[in-house]
Amino acid sequence: MNAPANEEENKKEYWRENVRLLCTLLAVWFLVSFGAGILFVDVLNAVYIGGFPLGFWFAQQGSILVFVILIFVYSARMKRIEKRLGVGDE
Amino acid sequence: MDTQTLTWIFVGASFALYIGIAIWSRAGSTSEFYVAGGHVHPVANGMATAADWMSAASFISMAGIIAFSGYDASVFLMGWTGGYVLLALLLAPYLRKFGQFTVPDFIGERYYSRAARVVAVICLIIISFTYIAGQMRGVGVVFSRFLELPIEWGVIVGMGIVFSYAVLGGMKGITYTQVAQYCVLIFAYLVPAIFISILITGNPIPQIGLGADAGGEPVLQKLDRTLVDLGFTAFTSGSKSKIDLIAITLALMVGTAGLPHVIVRFFTVPKVSDARRSAGYALVFIALLYTTAPAVGAFARLNFVESVHEKEYVAAPQWVKTWEGIGLIAWTDKNNDGVIQYGPGAPFEGRAAFTGEAGPSGERLLANTPTAAENEILVDRDIMVLANPEIANLPGWVIALVAAGGVAAALSTAAGLLLVISASISHDLLKKTFRPQITERTELLAARASAAAAILVAGYLGVNPPGFVAQVVALAFGLAAASLFPAILMGVFFKDMNREGAIAGMVAGLAVTLAYIMWFKSPWFAGLNGPENWLLGISPEGFGAVGMLVNFGVAALVARFTSPTPANVRAMVDEIRLPRGAGDAAPGH
Repeated sequence: MNAPANEEENKKEYWRENVRLLCTLLAVWFLVSFGAGILFVDVLNAVYIGGFPLGFWFAQQGSILVFVILIFVYSARMKRIEKRLGVGDE
Repeated sequence: MDTQTLTWIFVGASFALYIGIAIWSRAGSTSEFYVAGGHVHPVANGMATAADWMSAASFISMAGIIAFSGYDASVFLMGWTGGYVLLALLLAPYLRKFGQFTVPDFIGERYYSRAARVVAVICLIIISFTYIAGQMRGVGVVFSRFLELPIEWGVIVGMGIVFSYAVLGGMKGITYTQVAQYCVLIFAYLVPAIFISILITGNPIPQIGLGADAGGEPVLQKLDRTLVDLGFTAFTSGSKSKIDLIAITLALMVGTAGLPHVIVRFFTVPKVSDARRSAGYALVFIALLYTTAPAVGAFARLNFVESVHEKEYVAAPQWVKTWEGIGLIAWTDKNNDGVIQYGPGAPFEGRAAFTGEAGPSGERLLANTPTAAENEILVDRDIMVLANPEIANLPGWVIALVAAGGVAAALSTAAGLLLVISASISHDLLKKTFRPQITERTELLAARASAAAAILVAGYLGVNPPGFVAQVVALAFGLAAASLFPAILMGVFFKDMNREGAIAGMVAGLAVTLAYIMWFKSPWFAGLNGPENWLLGISPEGFGAVGMLVNFGVAALVARFTSPTPANVRAMVDEIRLPRGAGDAAPGH
């Protein structure tokens, strides 16, 4: 569906978009674990939500849930990018 | 039926299931033996990865560690799950696209160097053997506790079972037994957790129960107050420094992503997109246990304090005496009031040494010198998960189930480790380095023979654990973080990284991490191990993070001043980055 000249461009574009998406998701990964779970844990612990001090909740529950979501978001977004640029494995 | 008979039936039935699966899924080719032919469904692979990953330590020890160190245990929870994000985003899809059999395969081809491959094999073998000794021991401990067999017999039975399906079935056999083992272990973990959550909070979901009320106030608030009253630090706040928490978490995350037996599981799915999705499923299955563990830990601690503190020994619950019977609980009545006092600090010096006589309240007397602390009771943190069913008064079949779950967790991890060891010997050392002329049949035979040999070594280490085994688990993660992870990451993301840079980086990362851990963990310098002597306050457990940075730094520097990556390797990297056309594992074999 793409002319050969376009194909090289698409491959480069694919890698750029992949790296951009990676960086965004890894920023979230860092924020929920190292940020909310460790660096800002004391500030967040002052807030109680649903019986949990918030910082503690992020460290032992929340970060894990966010990790799961991150992987599925990455998987879905990459599929869309691959389809658009014609580089997928389907 | 009594609990012991039930336990024999449960453990025996689970073994029959594993062997049955092994016979049904025998491997016929090297591709099937190493990567299950690359035809495993992503959900099945997710389950197998979860079982592969969750070891005896996750199943038996984690909740106990959380119970007794509270917030500080968060490093394990975040570290051992956050690694999957790195794996899914940075490694798994590209390694799947690369489509060979082992981690050293990738490093050897990408860095066009036999030396790089051999360095990777050495890292892999050290990491895997460190890990496997603990697994065999875990099987032995479960057997001795629940079936009253000597630990040695437990290890031998475990070896026999793993032998039958790892040697016969290879990766194909292991994959489907791991799926079964995941089901056994997660069921065994959740059933008692749900009952305990109902018992303490009335809420059947442990993750929500942890935030629910117990006797008029939230569980965590009550636990904090109870522990502070006894002189402990609060459950929800820790005692480790922030820099150490960050270093340990990072080392565990990166180490997890760099563990060969985990990475190799993503070689077994059909497509690149499947590798990404499969990592997500794996983390879902792992999270099910890892988010339950904090609840089990908190409930167990609260329950423990309420059951023993200021209670007369004669009126203490039966499980206290059962575990005292095998030496994992010990009580010394310092003030001779017949009442158990619990508090911070060790109750006596050294490991419990029972005299064999009974004291005035019927307790097992100790020969140890009491300490000045008011605490009178010693409790081994590993008993928390195993004792849960008894603490919650659950029927005998639940106890039997927990025993089968503990064995499943240990066996599944051991099998995965054995496979990467055998593959790296038969494939990387023989076929790709020293004996390239061997046929596929000979290679398969060599793979089976090296799996068998590795089982014998693992069994020996399980029966005669080197004294420092518990100490060196940090080593496995530290080494994976400092050697394999950076080499793979740079191999995919930095085309300019060349052979010289990668090898120098791996060797430097490995060397500093090994030296630091050995320095503080070896018996000769153990006295130095403390925050005041640590570099920047980073403990040996977290030093893998520094090793990783050293690896990146040295690699970048060396690569700048040596010959650039050849054009054909740059083209290979371009090819790896594209998902299209992953095809069957290892084309050309």
